[in-house]
Amino acid sequence: MSKAVTGKPAAAPAARTELCGLTIAQAAAGLEARKFSAVELTRAHLAAIEALDSRLNAFITVTPELALEQAAAADLRLATGDGRTLTGIPLAIKDLFCTEGVRTTAASRILEPFTPPYESTVTAQLKDSGAVFLGKANLDEFAMGSSNMTSGFGPVENPWQRRGSNVKLVPGGSSGGSAAAVAARMAMGATGTDTGGSIRQPASFCGLAGIKPTYGRCSRYGIVAFASSLDQAGPLARTVEDCAILLGAMAGFDAKDSTSAERPVPYFRGAVTAGVRGKRIGIPAEYRMPGMPEEIEALWQRGVRWLKSEGAEIVDISLPHTKYGLPVYYIVAPAEASSNLARYDGVRFGARIDGEDLIDMYERTRAAGFGAEVKRRIMIGTYVLSAGYYDAYYLKAQKVRALILRDFEQAFAKVDAILTPTAPSAAFGMGEKMDDPIKMYLNDVFTVPASLAGVPAMSVPAGLSEEGLPLGLQVIGRHFDEETVFAVSGALEQAADFRSKPAVMAKGA
Amino acid sequence: MSLDAATVRRIAKLARIRVEEEEVAVLAAELNGILGYVAQLDEVDVTGVEPLSGGAQMAMRLRDDVVTDGEMAEKILANAPERSGDFFTVPKVVE
Repeated sequence: MSKAVTGKPAAAPAARTELCGLTIAQAAAGLEARKFSAVELTRAHLAAIEALDSRLNAFITVTPELALEQAAAADLRLATGDGRTLTGIPLAIKDLFCTEGVRTTAASRILEPFTPPYESTVTAQLKDSGAVFLGKANLDEFAMGSSNMTSGFGPVENPWQRRGSNVKLVPGGSSGGSAAAVAARMAMGATGTDTGGSIRQPASFCGLAGIKPTYGRCSRYGIVAFASSLDQAGPLARTVEDCAILLGAMAGFDAKDSTSAERPVPYFRGAVTAGVRGKRIGIPAEYRMPGMPEEIEALWQRGVRWLKSEGAEIVDISLPHTKYGLPVYYIVAPAEASSNLARYDGVRFGARIDGEDLIDMYERTRAAGFGAEVKRRIMIGTYVLSAGYYDAYYLKAQKVRALILRDFEQAFAKVDAILTPTAPSAAFGMGEKMDDPIKMYLNDVFTVPASLAGVPAMSVPAGLSEEGLPLGLQVIGRHFDEETVFAVSGALEQAADFRSKPAVMAKGA
Repeated sequence: MSLDAATVRRIAKLARIRVEEEEVAVLAAELNGILGYVAQLDEVDVTGVEPLSGGAQMAMRLRDDVVTDGEMAEKILANAPERSGDFFTVPKVVE
């Protein structure tokens, strides 16, 4: 459709796409030992994008020229022994992060002409760590969705397929392009954002690890805002360790975000292998729902056994307000969105549709620029904040949100981490669940409560469904205790030994 | 509570989104579906519960009331759909 490729395509012939199969940890070691160059590694990924992305549509904008420039600079650094944690590592950046001089759309037509004059703090920190940016990854419009079907730049196809079927599946959302890019080995890792599950659910659907850190851990400065009290940036990658490496570079205090936490960033990578001996793991009775496939319950029980055999103590817990998470979310998130998205009025940036007068211009601009799901959420948000309904909806939701936080606080008095399924299903077909917004919302039933409470949560690939699709388990931790989340996730990853690969992938990776 | 067509038009007006007449019924049905779903919060007793407005477990930081930024008119105007010198332009508001 309107995939923008800036600059010349990479010279393809000698691309070593087998390098795309490395983890970030392996690639960083290989780069440091000069087994291959950063330019070779970037070329390999650009070649994979060129070969696969006309089909998968994981990127809205690819920036090969910039990427190769960054890779060449990385090689110079590596040659002088001056490499940093991510020097030369090619990443995909969710197109919700403002990148100076590179178009940032939030997958919305209203931002189609927007080129930010500034850089988000998270991407600035990744650049400082030496990362190479391949381009901007597709997503649900303004991160509102669980399938990537609401993108104004076309849906993303999940690189995974059901066994013996070529039905196109969704990658989940909203960080669907990020997840598809990493799963197909078109990028070694990606940034995502998570407001109600937008990192964890696509990670689960695409066989990846992905963490939503504690609210306040990563700066929101320069990330296109959806629901400001919930939005958090985090990484998606193919291993728990790679997520720890990426989060270490993304996190940290930033004076430009008033909700940024003034806390030191722990060495997350060291936590991954810490083990779970003596750790108390809570199993919440409420993380089940009618119609949930038996195989998800079975996977969860397998996770429990794995942690037990690694020396963890399993504790049955209750999070009684779990079922109210989604209804709270679908008041709070649209309310905040209706306020945040008021800025798109066709005056200062973005698209404009002319009208008879100023108001008509606003209304036509917003009608043409926003897709159906975004309009629905703005209107719900406007309604629940409007005079006469504020107390009944918004205030009530904020009070129930407090009860959901209290559930977690009470649970964390007894346990160190909580284990649940990430999503109530594996990836579904493109076009499914589109007839009724509520059906789509139910995807996030297990991820939304942690978002509302602001606690860190990670999805780890734990097995395959009967149809051969990846399924994730979710580990939830205390506020600012990502280290325990990484330790439990690392133990699960070890035990699950997930090695399956998607149907669509870089050649030889 | 069920939204009628007039309420949908009023919300659209408040949200500054132009809604065509043929869209109203569809929107009303979708919005009512969502409001019906969230209505299950009615069964939760929140007596004495303080509302939770944010995800941050912290007090707001204060900073000195001084100018820390500015002098970047060109950057700010760079994405303007229409401009005139250092100003954004919009359709005439006062005749």
